Amino acid sequence: MVSTAEKYGWAVVFALLVTFAIPWFLWGDSRMALGLPVWLWWHIGWMVLASAAFWTFANRAWGIGITDTDSTTTGDHA
Amino acid sequence: MTATLQLGIIVAYLFIALGVGLLAYRLTERTAEDFYLASRTFGTVVLLFTVFATLLSAFTFFGGPDTSYAFGPEWILVMGLMDGIIFAVLWYVVGYKQWLLGQRHGYVTLGEMLGDRFGSTGVRALVAAVSLFWLFPYVMLQQIGAGGALSALTGGTFPFWAGATLITAFMILYVVLAGMRGIAWTDTLQGAFMLVMVWAAMLWVLLAVDGGITTINAGLEATRPEFFALGSDFYTPANMLTFAISIAFGVAMFPQVNQRFFAASSETVLKRSFALWPVLVLLLFVPAFLLGTWATGLGLQADIGAGESILPVILGEYTPAWFAALVIAGAIAAMMSSSDSMLLSGSSYFTRDIYRPVLDASLSERREDLLARVGVAVFAVAALAASIWAEAGAFGSGSVGSILVTIGDLAFGGFAQLALPVIVALYWRRTTRSGIVAGILVPQVVYVGFNFLPEVPLGPVTLFTDTYFGWGVSIYCMILGLLVTVVVSAVTARSPDEDTDLYFEGLSAD
Repeated sequence: MVSTAEKYGWAVVFALLVTFAIPWFLWGDSRMALGLPVWLWWHIGWMVLASAAFWTFANRAWGIGITDTDSTTTGDHA
Repeated sequence: MTATLQLGIIVAYLFIALGVGLLAYRLTERTAEDFYLASRTFGTVVLLFTVFATLLSAFTFFGGPDTSYAFGPEWILVMGLMDGIIFAVLWYVVGYKQWLLGQRHGYVTLGEMLGDRFGSTGVRALVAAVSLFWLFPYVMLQQIGAGGALSALTGGTFPFWAGATLITAFMILYVVLAGMRGIAWTDTLQGAFMLVMVWAAMLWVLLAVDGGITTINAGLEATRPEFFALGSDFYTPANMLTFAISIAFGVAMFPQVNQRFFAASSETVLKRSFALWPVLVLLLFVPAFLLGTWATGLGLQADIGAGESILPVILGEYTPAWFAALVIAGAIAAMMSSSDSMLLSGSSYFTRDIYRPVLDASLSERREDLLARVGVAVFAVAALAASIWAEAGAFGSGSVGSILVTIGDLAFGGFAQLALPVIVALYWRRTTRSGIVAGILVPQVVYVGFNFLPEVPLGPVTLFTDTYFGWGVSIYCMILGLLVTVVVSAVTARSPDEDTDLYFEGLSAD
């Protein structure tokens, strides 16, 4: 199981992923790049990043908040 | 010629689906668990695509492009946040935990899982009843859509009732035979097909338009330059977030999606599909919705308010007839594939959570399997009768028919009201039976009230309207549901039948 610090770290990562899927800081911006609005490129990049983050989570920290709540086995779990 | 081609493609699709169904039938054990959940055997690809095709198919081709056509491409961001990020997080928070519990205790439905924890048949039946309340009219919407599409396609040769009846009869035959396994297999074929088609359509339009993206953007600059800037009067932050949040939570509680959480074969399958989800969402929605926006730049017209869709228009203009027919027929077929999953789930909620525990507890496995199949037919025929009745002029204001259609439109928000009480129950041992019952009932009543009761001006505020400060009433109701669940649980004592450790102990003992 991952450390407590990493648990909170993942909560922050998930919150960031949700918050910036829509690039609020580009509100009203109409700059274009390669035929599409820059804010759309941000979103495309963000979704790929989210996928990579989810992948890392699934391999490193899967189960936090769910399989670590068992009071009878805490401590003897490698 | 095009109509014949489209009809031909739809019929071919139906036969392929039936073939897959027969194949699945031969592999099926005659138990309810196999019929509803394919005995929990889905791999990554099948699980991903069956959730995907069940959920997003018809909307991807019609509703989404129409919204991007009328209001601009920001809809891609709304759907990305909704389905790619928030739903993926719920996939873990709700889905993984449900899957673990399903593996340990054999649950097939959400109601069963909650009823066991709270030691209450009433809780179980309540969850099923609330779900069926929203699901039934939503199935009607699909039938009305499919019947109308067939009727339009054949220029009225097939009247609405005949089209809807034909499709319903086919769906009953197919679902009764194939069960979850067959449905998921056709969903997988269909999802892969849709993905290829939508990219082909986008590239085709880009190549066929003289000057490509430059011409399209020049057209947008001339007619709707505001489409380039992020945000508009329609796409306000509050409006975008209301859609993204309430639909994502609603999706997780929609019976046909929620039930699929139980059907994964292993933890690895859940991990992989969780990580692939944002990319899959991106791959499907970006091309589909861009086509809608580009149609505006190309000066194409569709009367969205009158029920027309923009995608057939842009395909008709820039791609060959056979290609356009293939995409449109695929979209209609997709509408059917959403309905067959809903029929199956609707039937399982009814037979397992209402019929068996409340009416006949002594039902054997074999009998339950039979009853499940009969349930599909009854559910489908009832929805068909209501659809035909609603379509046959009952659409006047305030009639029961139009009320049912409105309920269908509000279904995502209605299901979203279940999500937070369920999450509280999954993660907080102190949740009590009274807490969960109040947490489910109160927001449902308030949500229905605010959507159906006439507006009442009360000094500076108006009661029973559907947005406040730009935020949809579904969001306020979700917060209310959360508060009610927590507060009522805190002030009531748990009843002796409750098993408070059920969702926490033994989950890591692999």
